[in-house]
Amino acid sequence: MDLQTFWFILIAVLFIGYFFLEGFDFGVGILMPFVSRDEVDRRICLNTIGPFWDANEVWLITAGGAMFAAFPHWYATLFSGFYLPLFLILIALIVRAVGFEFRSKLKEKWWRKTADHFVFWGSAVPAFLWGVALTNIVIGLPIGSDMNFTGTLPALLNPYALLGGLASLLMFTLHGSIFLSLRTTDELKERVEKVSRLMWLPAGLILLAFAVLGYRHTVLFEEIGLVPGTLPMIAIVSFVAVIVFMQINRYGWAFVATGSTIIFGTVVVFQGMFPIVMPSSLSEEYHLTVYNASSSDLTLTIMSVLAIIFVPIILAYQGWSYWVFRQRVTRDAIPRS
Amino acid sequence: MEALELARWQFGITTVYHFIFVPLTLGLSVLVAILQSFYYRTGDIHYKRLTKYFGKLFVIIFTLGIVTGIVQEFQFGMNWSEYSRFVGDIFGIPLAIEALTAFFIESTFLGLWIFGWTRLPKAVHLACIWLVAIASNLSAVWILMANSWMQVPVGYELVEGRAELADFIAILLNERLLVQMPHTILGGFITGGMFVLGLSAWMILRKKQPEIFLKSAKIALVFTAVASLLTATTGHDQAQDTVQSQPMKMAAMEGLWETEEPASFSLFAIIDQEERTSQRELRVPYLLSVLSHNNLTSEVQGLNDLQAEMEEKHGPGDYMPPVAIIYWSFRVMVGLGMVFIIVAFWGLWLWWRGKLQEHYFFLKTSIVMIFLTFLANTAGWIVAEMGRQPWVVYELLLTADGVSPSVFESSIWLTMIGFTLVYGILAVAAFYLVWYFGRQGAPEEEEGVETNLHTY
Repeated sequence: MDLQTFWFILIAVLFIGYFFLEGFDFGVGILMPFVSRDEVDRRICLNTIGPFWDANEVWLITAGGAMFAAFPHWYATLFSGFYLPLFLILIALIVRAVGFEFRSKLKEKWWRKTADHFVFWGSAVPAFLWGVALTNIVIGLPIGSDMNFTGTLPALLNPYALLGGLASLLMFTLHGSIFLSLRTTDELKERVEKVSRLMWLPAGLILLAFAVLGYRHTVLFEEIGLVPGTLPMIAIVSFVAVIVFMQINRYGWAFVATGSTIIFGTVVVFQGMFPIVMPSSLSEEYHLTVYNASSSDLTLTIMSVLAIIFVPIILAYQGWSYWVFRQRVTRDAIPRS
Repeated sequence: MEALELARWQFGITTVYHFIFVPLTLGLSVLVAILQSFYYRTGDIHYKRLTKYFGKLFVIIFTLGIVTGIVQEFQFGMNWSEYSRFVGDIFGIPLAIEALTAFFIESTFLGLWIFGWTRLPKAVHLACIWLVAIASNLSAVWILMANSWMQVPVGYELVEGRAELADFIAILLNERLLVQMPHTILGGFITGGMFVLGLSAWMILRKKQPEIFLKSAKIALVFTAVASLLTATTGHDQAQDTVQSQPMKMAAMEGLWETEEPASFSLFAIIDQEERTSQRELRVPYLLSVLSHNNLTSEVQGLNDLQAEMEEKHGPGDYMPPVAIIYWSFRVMVGLGMVFIIVAFWGLWLWWRGKLQEHYFFLKTSIVMIFLTFLANTAGWIVAEMGRQPWVVYELLLTADGVSPSVFESSIWLTMIGFTLVYGILAVAAFYLVWYFGRQGAPEEEEGVETNLHTY
């Protein structure tokens, strides 16, 4: 395997980690206003992801940094091409973080209400837009000979991309609802579980529509052919397993299953593109590939050594933080103020 | 305005704003860790109360540092795609390492620290805040490595119109990094120190738990005194390096139009960049030679000669940065740096005389210092970044050639207004929260009893 392939895989892993982890804290942020009956419920929801969301977001920052270092042209084309969607994602991530950290600092109703909006929109908008962005990449963008995006914003908001946005929004929400049920108790937990079960079918239908239309709209299945093959099958089976596990009350396994759907769904996207990273809709000559977009071998080698050392360490201590906060958040634990 | 101008304004606004919070977190994280260490060692509940008090303010400020930092990483690609293509092979490395070795530690262990008061053994909990403090400062090292390379590019070769890595060790040990990094981090330590000192002084003035806040004031005084002295000496090192590596920036910092030998130091000048002259100038003979080269005779190059040199090397063009802004920013930074030294040692002297808590004028001065540290940091950053113009990578890539060609002016207008509005609102909210919790004083704490299991 050459260095470019290794780094393509590593960046895929970082995005997968990001969607898996931030996926559930997006979901919790989206569900908070709907499953909470009172102020205590809302605070329980926020505290379930309190110690984690920031570290989850660092997966995105690392993916961005790694892309910049390993594939500067991919980074430059993608970020300047998705200018306005990324602006919206940034604003959303800003207000969301502030919503989390500032909300309980003051008691005023309007303050907390505003923070609730920040958390909701700050979670829903990126959960939707990441789907739109990823779909647009696999559709192919008007990328010219100088590697720059030549299209406009409306081109990015085509119906199939919007369907992709809806798919990611629903998938993250489902993933988040199961996480929430694992970290709450009593009535709140029951309400959340009900939401998970109700959501499963609509989410599944949207995902199915997205996947089937993918044959027509994207480059993904050109290589795979009509029969999807192993990895997409794992994603599909995982999604079916979600409802089975929920029916037999195994929410821990259901969480593994939604996680597996997200992981293998994203794998299919990255694998289907390889070695192209940004297909150009104008000409095959203008495709950005792992080879014409990459950094020098020396840079990739140094980065590889660092990644091999640090990624396992990061996984270890981040995993430990989840272990430390493994207990459910109960009503009694929320301070009265 | 053209896209280039707009993109520059946007970068300026978002970076200056980001750099309001970052230096404060560099120093404050260390001070919170020190306060908690005192609690751990002595078991004195006062230190626990101080840790919680400053810890809460730290988290508020840290949040804004994080959210404005994500924008920084994204906007290289968004507004400066050609710059990103040119530098990615080198500039991307420290950015990726920063995320791998610093951001993950900061975010994970800050979460553990905020929520872990009851869940973790005392020593582990203390280690968490130290990890946050170390990682915050480590992230400054990496980002300054990236910036130093833009100031003084080393260890690269030009291949197919971009800078490719040739020598990683050269970039790690870039001389520019070795002078710029300590100066910037120590400036952050002054900021954190003055913040703790100023807030403690405010509480003492208001007679709000003065016995507790006297303790934090003393720690902050020692911390700030050491940091302010070292900031001055490292600043001197950095200036001497600038004379060698970026003479144009140095000449602009001094408003020095003509080459002088020996060179005099300017105290005051009204600068006219169009006419390339200064009026009403007040100069101290020999001093610039001393500052630049440690002797009384050496030559220091002036702007006009350097402009001619640059034209010869890079073709016709205007290679002078905006002189007046750099000249005055430099004076603001250095002047304030001296004020910080004086205030810190004045405080130490009052402490030695046993008058720290009763000297109202000193206490009030300390509060003002909180605001002045931000001014000094911003001024310093303006000198460093504007002084490099018109280059984005010194003598390799012009800022004008780094901008994204695919982004419309209207898009940049939209995002600039958007960021400015959101940032403005957040600034008000953060300032209010710091004031609100600052006023309340240290929270009540009992030994062995933890009330806030969950803080959201």
